Amino acid sequence: MTFPLLTVLGRMTLAFLQATGSVTSFAFQAIRLAVQPPFYRQQLLRQMLEIGYYSLPVVGLTAIFTGMVLALQSYTGFARFSAESAIPNVVVVSLTRELGPVLAGLMVAGRVGAAMAAEIGTMRVTEQIDALTTLSTNPFKYLVVPRLIAGIVTLPILVLIADIIGVLGGFLVGVYKLDFNDTAYLRNTLDFLEFQDVFSGLVKAAVFGFLITLMGCYHGYTSKGGAQGVGMATTNAVVSASILILTSNYFITEAFFSR
Amino acid sequence: MNAAAKISLRDVAKSFGPKKVLQGIDLDVAPGESMVVIGGSGSGKSVLLKCILGLMAPDRGSIRVDGEETVDFNDHDRARVMRKFGMLFQGGALFDSLRVWENVAFGPIQSDGMKPDQAREVAVAKLGAVGLGPEIGELFPSELSGGMQKRVALARAIAREPEIIFFDEPTTGLDPIMADVINDLIVKCVSDLGATAVSITHDMASARKIGHRVGMLYEGKLIWQGPVADIDQSGNAHVDQFIHGRAEGPIRMQVRKL
Repeated sequence: MTFPLLTVLGRMTLAFLQATGSVTSFAFQAIRLAVQPPFYRQQLLRQMLEIGYYSLPVVGLTAIFTGMVLALQSYTGFARFSAESAIPNVVVVSLTRELGPVLAGLMVAGRVGAAMAAEIGTMRVTEQIDALTTLSTNPFKYLVVPRLIAGIVTLPILVLIADIIGVLGGFLVGVYKLDFNDTAYLRNTLDFLEFQDVFSGLVKAAVFGFLITLMGCYHGYTSKGGAQGVGMATTNAVVSASILILTSNYFITEAFFSR
Repeated sequence: MNAAAKISLRDVAKSFGPKKVLQGIDLDVAPGESMVVIGGSGSGKSVLLKCILGLMAPDRGSIRVDGEETVDFNDHDRARVMRKFGMLFQGGALFDSLRVWENVAFGPIQSDGMKPDQAREVAVAKLGAVGLGPEIGELFPSELSGGMQKRVALARAIAREPEIIFFDEPTTGLDPIMADVINDLIVKCVSDLGATAVSITHDMASARKIGHRVGMLYEGKLIWQGPVADIDQSGNAHVDQFIHGRAEGPIRMQVRKL
């Protein structure tokens, strides 16, 4: 007697374990090569520009509106308990601990992760990766390592800027719409902000940067077939990076703040 | 095993699942010789080339370059032997994010540590060798025609003055005149460098022009090899059918009758 459900579950489990092993091995290979010369500095700078600088508008826009909405929503809730003065604290803590890194991570996953998978995937199917090998250049080192390092370095900077812009959004709504005193709003923001709030957000950003670039590179590098394979790699890169961001966010939060 | 051979293959086999793509290939290519491997689509030509280049590991067999066994090479040794190779890919495989001159100068800059200014001069000289002016160097590959992309790819393949050059379907997708231009360039470049060449193609005009010796691959086996002048008197029915492009013969295409 056969159990179709068990068969399907077994296949899914095996496929999941195989994919996990493959990604882990890919990540370890990247880490091993990252500490061995040659170092492609120009590639690294180009990727830092691509991931950090060119993501600024979309991340900044997300941050400012998130800060504004957060202030507005907090006001409608807190006003019922005459706790409006807590709004600056809620805005800054929510942004630095959670919304800044998670939203910036998701936006960068959509923008950069997809582009990375598409670029490397196209290079794979048009034999450009094989061409790198024939030119005595390790394609893994040339394509993957600079992107991973750029992701880890630039995302915390991006998140720090997003935190500041988000707080500014909350400040604008607080002062110009909710009639807060500007000095009191800023003092409340800074008084309740702790180093750990910002630091945990930046650690999250570095982890998200690693995960986004890892998924973009992995799915692009292992893509097969033609345009369809590249399209699938792009989708998989964004979906897997987004899931990993949300999952790892819980565990990092648990590590920093659980009592 | 021929000790004087530049490239020597013995019993090279490669399978993908149940499909046996290469089934015990023996091949020697002498220094300065131009060997052309012909065969239909799916006969294993590209896999053979990738195995020699080290882009793919054979399941068994020996591949020697200058007498040195390359099958179990580590990354360092592989990179060292790669220095002897130049490769013209079927689709060009030019890096589309780099300008033409940067493509040609890629090997000298990234792998040989040449200064960009000096590498640019080398790139311009190599572009000149394939009939392209220095102004082409400033363009991106997507701005070039198919024939020009092939020329740039050839310039990149010869930029490091390799000892062995591989050509993967060098005339595919080109009109007959441009194909002949590319064939002439290949003959000239290989002769100027004194290099050994291994080409795979199903274009007989190209094979006759660029090859000294021809081998035919069929169902993963090298069923005939000999001087290019002897190909019309090979005495092999498979070779005869292939070089004359006949539908009838011992080679049966895997297609359903209409």
